[in-house]
Amino acid sequence: MPNNTLVIKDGKITDNLWKIVSEDHSDLTQDGIILPYSLWLANQNELSQRVSEGKIGLLLEGDHNLQEQNEGIADFALIAINFPGFMDGRGFSVARLLRERYGFTGELRASGGVIRDQLCYLQRCGFSSFDLDADINIEAAVESLNDFSEGYQISVDLPTPLFRRRA
Amino acid sequence: MYQYDPYDHQIITQRIAQFRGQTERYLSGELKAEEFLPLRLQNGLYVQRLAPMLRINVPYGMINSTQLRRLARITRDYDKGYAHITTRQNIQLNWPDLADVPDILAELAEVEMHATQSSGNCIRNTTSDQLAGVAVEEEIDPRPYCEIIRQWSTLHPEFAFLPRKFKIAVTGSNSDRAAINVHDIGLRVIKNEQGEIGFRVIVGGGLGRTPVIGSLVREFLPEKDLLTYLDAILRVYNLLGRRDNKYKARIKILVKALGVEKFAELVEAEWAHLANGEATLTQTEIDRCKNFFTEPAYVTIDDNAAQAEVDAIAADNIAFEKWLSRNLCGHKVPGYAAVVLALKPTGVAPGDVTDRQLEIIADLADKYSFGEARTTHDQNIVLAEVKKSELFSLWQEAKAAGFATPNIGTLTDVICCPGGDFCSLANAKSIPIAEAIQRRFDDMDYVYDLGDIDLNISGCMNACGHHHVGHIGILGVDKKGKEFYQIQLGGDSSENTALGKVLGPAFGETEIPDIIAGILNVFVENRHDGEQFVETYNRIGLAPYKERAYAK
Repeated sequence: MPNNTLVIKDGKITDNLWKIVSEDHSDLTQDGIILPYSLWLANQNELSQRVSEGKIGLLLEGDHNLQEQNEGIADFALIAINFPGFMDGRGFSVARLLRERYGFTGELRASGGVIRDQLCYLQRCGFSSFDLDADINIEAAVESLNDFSEGYQISVDLPTPLFRRRA
Repeated sequence: MYQYDPYDHQIITQRIAQFRGQTERYLSGELKAEEFLPLRLQNGLYVQRLAPMLRINVPYGMINSTQLRRLARITRDYDKGYAHITTRQNIQLNWPDLADVPDILAELAEVEMHATQSSGNCIRNTTSDQLAGVAVEEEIDPRPYCEIIRQWSTLHPEFAFLPRKFKIAVTGSNSDRAAINVHDIGLRVIKNEQGEIGFRVIVGGGLGRTPVIGSLVREFLPEKDLLTYLDAILRVYNLLGRRDNKYKARIKILVKALGVEKFAELVEAEWAHLANGEATLTQTEIDRCKNFFTEPAYVTIDDNAAQAEVDAIAADNIAFEKWLSRNLCGHKVPGYAAVVLALKPTGVAPGDVTDRQLEIIADLADKYSFGEARTTHDQNIVLAEVKKSELFSLWQEAKAAGFATPNIGTLTDVICCPGGDFCSLANAKSIPIAEAIQRRFDDMDYVYDLGDIDLNISGCMNACGHHHVGHIGILGVDKKGKEFYQIQLGGDSSENTALGKVLGPAFGETEIPDIIAGILNVFVENRHDGEQFVETYNRIGLAPYKERAYAK
């Protein structure tokens, strides 16, 4: 997990206020931790207050079955989706489902193996922040968010398809 | 033909700027080779055995004379003066410099062409019927829907990193020239009993390592729901398709693993959320796209008189008569015909065209066919709108340019991938096998007598030469570092889709012409009157061919 000190958020480089923790993390009283889904599920009752206060984030994997496991998901201030490698495109669909079907409006973070050249697509699928691999030049990468100013399809950031907007 | 508006130009221009930056970062060492790889593939660029290879999309096979002339110029300025028509209607350059590719893409964009998603684990160029819009038996012209799909699939933000490549084919005709049953999605445009247009949706077909005939997932999808339904299929695949093994990653494997009923259920459940959303097609958009494919300015012609004239010339000219018999297709408009320009004279790699030939095709298209041509999946070119009264004149010009080999649909009209001469995936060469067969069967009377035979050659099991659906399929295999060839019989890419059966152990390169001769003899000895090769095979089965091929 990257957990870099700087992330891209809402198009700008900013301090990373969050930290992904592992499955066996024990101190759940910390603020700003991002918990794997299973860890949250096991401690749901005691954490729900702090989730609604925006102090706990949730980490989802690409194979997370949102249809069966979505309860309370919209309450988080931040959901991070882990990309095990940049060729694994499942997170693009998970993101759209969170935004378009499960009412998630908080910070949606792409975490891990995505590359700069995917930022534009990721943004269109609803991601608002990016915690990239440490060796990526984040200042240069942020420019790639603007690779395209138009797209044919509907997307989270442009919910009307081009064919309905064409004059 | 579709024409770009400022939006289309802007999207393609930004795409080229993005790729130019990526290429510069790669060449400066900033972008790792393994990260550049999928980015360059999604811009059409492979790195092959000898040089990079650039695959340029010809959307559903439609190309105009301006584009042909630009391609000719590009092959001269950036390559070795020739190009290659692929089995998915695209055009490949075999020798461009990697650093030149952004410039080539910019030159293509000027004539409204691109190479976006011609490779990689994404939605590829949508293919169609080379006789779309003119075929006599066609119900509905599929091209407006192909263009709608082209735009939807281009830079789709959710589906650029699929488990594996994804190919869609569309036809509006019962005679299936687009092989819709062996695509990831095959769409047949149909009309229901109420006269409404929609699609029969077939999913999970494909060739390659594990050939599968697609399964019917929906009998009738209303046209307005096309894109939301495609989104649903792709989303189910993107989330559930296997990513642990690239040989099991195509959607056909997912459909098999789930069973088609379960797969269809998942798609319908996903679609229930998307149906009637913003991506639902509007009549305005359907009409806008249809307006690009209206009928050209046909003149009224007395078909009988025109045909009588052609017949009269043919009666005195046997070469012309033979060409008419093989290289012509019917046309829905009286007095017109569709003409196939043959790209497979013996000694030329199937599908290869020189820069000069591209220009001649452009000239012929301008002179005889409203300035448009089509590439075909069997690697030829079609001029779809030729007046019968001009056939003789066209034939003479085509002959002079080397396009009039009267072998369309015959044994020597071989479908063939680039094979081991060019492709780094290949186990064996394929072009020399095609040539050896063409040389062995150079007696055109014999070839005509054999009738319709699809002979398809692939240099490896990735099956770019579609060997599984050739009536005779040849597959190059590697046995301890040596090239061998396996033969399959009985495949069929038409509406009677069938996968060929393996004849038996593979043969050495030099044995192939004799083995093919034996197979053809079995056919000739066993055929009933008027029976085509594949029909005889279907009646008598594999055994007699096998017996002949392996007789001691």
